[in-house]
Amino acid sequence: MPSLKDVKMKIVGVGKTKQITKAMNMVASAKLRGAQSRIERFRPYASKYHDVLAELSRKVEGSAHPLLTEHEEKKSCAIIMVTSDRGLCGSFNGNIISAAMKLAKEKAGAGMQVSFACVGRKGRDAVRASTYETISAYADRMGSIDFALASTVAQEVINGYEAMTYDEVWLVYGEFVSMGHQPPRTLCLLPLATPEAASSEEAAEPAEAGKARCEYLYEPDEEKLLAELLPRYVKVQVYRGLLDTSASEHAARMAAMDNATRNCNEMIGMLTLLYNKTRQASITSELIDIVGGAEALNG
Amino acid sequence: MGTLQLEVVTPDKTVVSTQVEMAVCPGVEGEFGVLPQHVSLLSALKVGALRYRVDGKDQYVFISGGFADVNDNVLSVLAESAEQAADIDAARAEAARERAEKRLAEKSEELDQRRAEAALQRALSRLEVARLG
Repeated sequence: MPSLKDVKMKIVGVGKTKQITKAMNMVASAKLRGAQSRIERFRPYASKYHDVLAELSRKVEGSAHPLLTEHEEKKSCAIIMVTSDRGLCGSFNGNIISAAMKLAKEKAGAGMQVSFACVGRKGRDAVRASTYETISAYADRMGSIDFALASTVAQEVINGYEAMTYDEVWLVYGEFVSMGHQPPRTLCLLPLATPEAASSEEAAEPAEAGKARCEYLYEPDEEKLLAELLPRYVKVQVYRGLLDTSASEHAARMAAMDNATRNCNEMIGMLTLLYNKTRQASITSELIDIVGGAEALNG
Repeated sequence: MGTLQLEVVTPDKTVVSTQVEMAVCPGVEGEFGVLPQHVSLLSALKVGALRYRVDGKDQYVFISGGFADVNDNVLSVLAESAEQAADIDAARAEAARERAEKRLAEKSEELDQRRAEAALQRALSRLEVARLG
C-alpha cells in the first residue's frame, strides 16, 4: 500500500496536468474559431474561381495546357503533405502521415520515384525517418499560413511538372468536415482534373446560370487566360489544404485535450478514493495498537 | 442610370462589396471601364489601380493582378491581394520601392531581376493608389 504522502502528491500532480490540458483545450478552441473564419472568408474566392474556370474550360477544347496534360511515361511522383507543427492532437497527424505513406507505397509499387514536399513539422519528421526523399520542407509555418506560402509550395511543383521532373502531384491534408471528424484526404493536384468534373462535386451552380454565361467576351484570348488561371487554381487548392489542415488540427486538439481533461478527473477521483482508504486503514491500525496496549495494561 | 455590384475578393477576405456607378479595371491589354449592364466579360488584370465611382465620387483599390469577371451586372475581381487606398501603408510601400530599386541596380540573376521588377511595379502602384485615395 502506498503511503499517504505519496498518494497526496500524485493527486496534486494529476491536478496540474489537468490544468494544462484544460488550458490547451481553451487555446485550441480560440484558435479554431480564427481558422474557421479564415475558411469562411476564403470560400467566396474559391467558389468564384471554380465557376470562372469551369466556364472557361468548357470553351477551350482538349488538353490545351501543360498542367492539364497527362504525362505518358510516369516515372516520378511528388506528394505534398500538410500536417501540423505540434503534437498533442490525438491521431490527427498519424492519420495524415499513414494516408500519405500508403499513397507513396502504392506509387512506388507502380514503379515511380516518390518524393515529398512537407508543410508542418510532424510530416517532415516522418518523411525524414522514412526512406523517401524530401524536396522541400516548411516547418513552423502552420501558425502563420498565408496565400504566399501556398503559392511558393504550389509554384515549386508546377515548375517541376512543366519541366517533366514530376509526372504526378498529390496533395494530402486533413479535411475539416466537422468538429469531431477530420479525415485525411488525398487529392490529385496534377495533372489537373478538368474543373467541370470537379464542379459537379459542388453542384451549387444552377444550370440556368450556365446558360446565361454562353455569350462571353475574353481578354486576352481563352487559351492565354487559361494559362494564367490554371497555376493559380493549383495554388488555391493548396491554400485550401493549408486552411483545412489548420482548422482540423485545432479541432482535433480540442477533442484530444477534452478527453485528457476527463481522464484526469477520473484519475483524481480514483486517487482520492485510494487516499481515503489509506487514511482509514492507518487510523484503524493505530486504534488497534491503542486498544491492544490498553488491554495489555488492564490484563 | 443604374448601378452594378462590385466585389473585390482575395483569398483572405472580401475587400469591397458595394453598388457602384462604374468601375475602371487595369486589364492586361489596357484599362477598360465597366458600366451597368455590361456584356459578360472575363479578363486578366495586371498590377495597378482599380477605380470605381460611388455617388459621383471616385475611389481607388490597389490590385496585385488577378481576374475580372463581369456577369449579370456583377463585377467580381479576384486578386491575390487588394487594398483600399486608406489601408495602404505608404511607408512600407516606399521602403519596398527603395529595396526593389536597389536590387535592380545590382547585377544579379535574371530571375531575381524579374522578381525585383515585379516588386517595384507593385510598390509604385501602391504608392499611386495611396496618393490618389
